[in-house]
Amino acid sequence: MLNFFQLILIYAGIYALMAIGQNCITGYTGMLSLCHAGFLCIGSYATAIMCKTFGFSFWLSLPVAAIASGLVGLLIGIPTLRLKGDYLCIATLGLGEIIRNVATNLNPVGYNSVPRANLFGYEFASRNKLSFIILIWAFVLVFYILFQQLAHSRLGRAMIAVREDEVAAQSNGINVTKYKISSFVLGAAVGGIAGCLQTAYTLTVQPGSFTFMVSVMVLCTVVLGGMGNGKAVILGAFIIQFISYFPQLTGLTNIIPAQAKQIIYGLLLIVMMLWRPQGLLGRDKFRYGDPRTRKERLVSFFVRGKAKGGRA
Amino acid sequence: MGTLTLYMQYIVNGLTLGSIYSLIALGYTMVYGILKFINFAHGDILMVGAFIGLLIYNGLTGGEAADPGAWTLLSFFIAMIASMAFCALLGMVIERVAYKPLRNANRLAPLLSAIGVSFILSNGAAWIFGTQSRRFPYPFENEPIHIGSITVTPHQIVIVVVSVVMMFLLTFFVNRTRMGKAMRAASLDQATSQLMGINVNRVISLTFAIGSALAAVGGILASFDFRVYPSMGTMTGLKAFVAAVIGGIGNIQGAMLGGVLLGILEAVGAPLLHIPNGMKDTVAFAVLIVVLLVKPEGILGKNEREKV
Repeated sequence: MLNFFQLILIYAGIYALMAIGQNCITGYTGMLSLCHAGFLCIGSYATAIMCKTFGFSFWLSLPVAAIASGLVGLLIGIPTLRLKGDYLCIATLGLGEIIRNVATNLNPVGYNSVPRANLFGYEFASRNKLSFIILIWAFVLVFYILFQQLAHSRLGRAMIAVREDEVAAQSNGINVTKYKISSFVLGAAVGGIAGCLQTAYTLTVQPGSFTFMVSVMVLCTVVLGGMGNGKAVILGAFIIQFISYFPQLTGLTNIIPAQAKQIIYGLLLIVMMLWRPQGLLGRDKFRYGDPRTRKERLVSFFVRGKAKGGRA
Repeated sequence: MGTLTLYMQYIVNGLTLGSIYSLIALGYTMVYGILKFINFAHGDILMVGAFIGLLIYNGLTGGEAADPGAWTLLSFFIAMIASMAFCALLGMVIERVAYKPLRNANRLAPLLSAIGVSFILSNGAAWIFGTQSRRFPYPFENEPIHIGSITVTPHQIVIVVVSVVMMFLLTFFVNRTRMGKAMRAASLDQATSQLMGINVNRVISLTFAIGSALAAVGGILASFDFRVYPSMGTMTGLKAFVAAVIGGIGNIQGAMLGGVLLGILEAVGAPLLHIPNGMKDTVAFAVLIVVLLVKPEGILGKNEREKV
């Protein structure tokens, strides 16, 4: 029981990271991309190859995973991001499948017993789940703050302008393609980091685990919480993982079929679109013209009492 | 066998594959023509069609054990028609429940809802029928016929003939009947056709019904070559979508042309470029991206400028 709660925490963290990336692409810039499984795959493979084949440490493979999947994001982003809406969705879905195909052809059995991550002599072992929970959620926190800051920056505002109205944004001098690609690359890089962390936890990489299903789960996480809302996305990750582990938590694995969770995800997508398209928490309200400096806002984020002052 | 005859053989195989793609692509293109929306669940309707067809066929003939004869052939057609009817109904229900309330919503909303439907269908099928793949038994003797040095199997002939008949019927329906005229009107301008007394809701329902019925036929025909399993619709559906884009999405003749073209490209391109079997699907997506970049309106599509 406790075991499953810990598993939920670990996987909620990994999915929250991926969802932060997906949120940057879908929530901020409004592009429906369906290849986060591909980015996760690249991150995992990069980590496995770096650590196992070349014997580098986990910490070095982390930026490599991010850069590798960011690069792939850039390479596939340049041709595909000129497409809109539905076309983009299908093209990215196809690309996700291609990444998996290439990975399968590269190494059909995947990698086993990847060396463990190591921090100042402390070894992260899979059975010690608490250390992983801390490690993964530290990353979630860092990326949450980074992307929250991004949303309020010049780059983030441009992305949101692209989401709201591409033509209007363009006529205001925003280079739409540039911001779309940067958003895609950032989202992809975070996906790569999630893959790296997942590999550090499971220590195995199997090409069969990066299916379309993962991309839909990540998308479902973002839609469920609320597109464009950082906190909501993390809440979404918890709910999705809770649904995923519900049969094990309640001990009803014999009664609940294995496909039940996927069917629930599908239902969730439809129900959310029909009744609450903005997600459970809704969209984050962006306070334009906030007179406070970034540092003050960062402080007010952690210190509750100060949050009231200076809001426009 | 000479290289030329080898490629002739690939073209024959591609033609068979392509006619299946065409049938499925028609569903995408018809829905897109009217609603400007990609029915993501179309590929899974194909899978449901294949399963229903297989179940009815096995129920009527006793499955693999049956000797091919007049009765198996007849029950094959009964199964196909029943599966068409079922899928038509399914398509209409899906449209009513998941797409109709979102007709005026943000463009992302129906797409997400369609992904949800697709997920429910494929996983629901995995739950009900299990994940193992099944073979669709041939309802006729499938002895290869040799024409010169090219080999053609009867099931390939059946696939092409059934597809051509279906496409002919569809063309007749769209161009010559009253309802077809309403359909063409609705795809040109929904508001105006409503003012002219066309029941656009019924037209949209009908479009989904016809598209899904064609997908069911495509699914049954595809299961001769690919076997029947719950996720069979994803890849086949995606490729059919690529076919619809190649031909010019929204254009019925375009979908037929695009399907055949994609089938031939895939069957000829993979051996020509020495692409390993596991990477075959990559060809279709490479084609998709090239087409979208070079000629996004497709071969027969009209170039529509975005209005502000």
